[in-house]
Amino acid sequence: MEQMAEHTVRSYAEELRRLRDMIARMGGLAERQVADAVASLIRRDTDLATEVVGRDAAIDALEREIENFCIRILALRQPVGQDLRLVIACLKISHGIERIGDYARNAAKRSIVLAQQPAIGSLNGFNRMAVLVQENLKGAIDALVNDDVARADEVWEADEPVDQVYNGIFREMLTFMMEDPRNITAATHLLFVAKNLERIGDHATNIAETVHYAVRGENLPDERPKGDGSAYAVVRPPG
Amino acid sequence: MSDQATTSARPSLGTMQARSGAALNEAKLAIRNLDFFYGAHKALKGIGLDIPARQVTGMIGPSGCGKSTLLRVLNRMYSLYPGQRAEGQVLLDGENIIEEGVDLNALRSKVGMVFQKPTPFPMTIYENIAFGVRLHEQLSKAQMDERVEWALTRAALWSEAKDRLNTSAMGMSGGQQQRLCIARTIAVRPEVILFDEPTSALDPISTLKIEELIDELKRDFTIAIVTHNMQQAARCADQVAFFYLGELIEVAPAGQLFTAPKHPKTQEYITGRFG
Repeated sequence: MEQMAEHTVRSYAEELRRLRDMIARMGGLAERQVADAVASLIRRDTDLATEVVGRDAAIDALEREIENFCIRILALRQPVGQDLRLVIACLKISHGIERIGDYARNAAKRSIVLAQQPAIGSLNGFNRMAVLVQENLKGAIDALVNDDVARADEVWEADEPVDQVYNGIFREMLTFMMEDPRNITAATHLLFVAKNLERIGDHATNIAETVHYAVRGENLPDERPKGDGSAYAVVRPPG
Repeated sequence: MSDQATTSARPSLGTMQARSGAALNEAKLAIRNLDFFYGAHKALKGIGLDIPARQVTGMIGPSGCGKSTLLRVLNRMYSLYPGQRAEGQVLLDGENIIEEGVDLNALRSKVGMVFQKPTPFPMTIYENIAFGVRLHEQLSKAQMDERVEWALTRAALWSEAKDRLNTSAMGMSGGQQQRLCIARTIAVRPEVILFDEPTSALDPISTLKIEELIDELKRDFTIAIVTHNMQQAARCADQVAFFYLGELIEVAPAGQLFTAPKHPKTQEYITGRFG
């Protein structure tokens, strides 16, 4: 990581620091939402799930606050170079985190429904996915806060295990549905939860890409390692 | 195997990639290994820079970095002062203009210059323009009238000046005076126009008029502009060169230099983290 000299105008440096802090705070909120959404699913804790749904508004509000702050900096400071890249990156990243919050909220809503359904499967895969995507989200946000391009690149390359767990869940749920049609409601909701987590992982990857650009001024290649093959998956009933 | 749906859902970073802008034209002026001395002080060190034809090259850098010195080399202004000398090559269409024996009058009719402060002569508007033309060409009254109108029109001043051509240029506003100086410069039909901080004494609207004019003039002229105003360089220039302590640190298309400069010194300067 390369540390730049401080800005000649201290209040400008202060604003850029504050912008990073806001993103860090927003990222922290989103991480907690993801963790609690999956915890509510696994523990069948509808109170916690309801809390998660309610807390999403705070993330949305923070996104608007960051957006307004970025517009203000663009208008008043006319940033260039790395400062411009940082401000644009924060605009994009706050939008990404807001989407992550929406996915977590949606997962929490489904876990309320699922708590009323008979349990199917072990849900270990969900726990595993949640841990992986949280790590990636945290890594991507830390990379932004510290201008740490190596950390961003690690996150960018680390989405494959998430996709693999997702593929496993996808096949597992299809199997449950084929075994017993009464599983279909729960399995479908669980599939959506898994998809939400998979999308959260993708957003973490996008954030890492944006951080790479903000720090280096160049883009990562278009193709990144991917393991989600579920779009092509077919499971045939036995016999 | 790749998941197409996931791929297309990812927003592309391509949209925020630094735009390098249109390609640069071939060089009108090619500066090669140029050193410049004020007596014993070396003010430019090994400069190599192409100034593309019919495009705008912006020169930025802190005071004393050598950007104005370079501009003064490009029309041999320094030859007016003893003790100042240049070494290396400045090729204007392939001819080295800093060699001995170059016809300076002919050179300066090819390479015009507009200064920081408007410098109208204490004459009428008409005479301000005709004066320079007479040094280089013998024109009839009708031809001269035509040339004055052409120059004032190209400098976006004709509509404001046409009814007062025989009044003193000193009565014009600062912005009008600067456009008159531009008209005077282009009246001799140069190939290159050098601007040395042309708007630093002007208000924002007059500044925008000059910038619009520069944009218009680059269709026919090769332009180099020294400016302390980085937004101006960003707005006007096709390529921007950053100078520091007599060296050319980085030159790049404006879109690239202001979004993703390569050199840390450039980065520090343009973002205001200097010194």
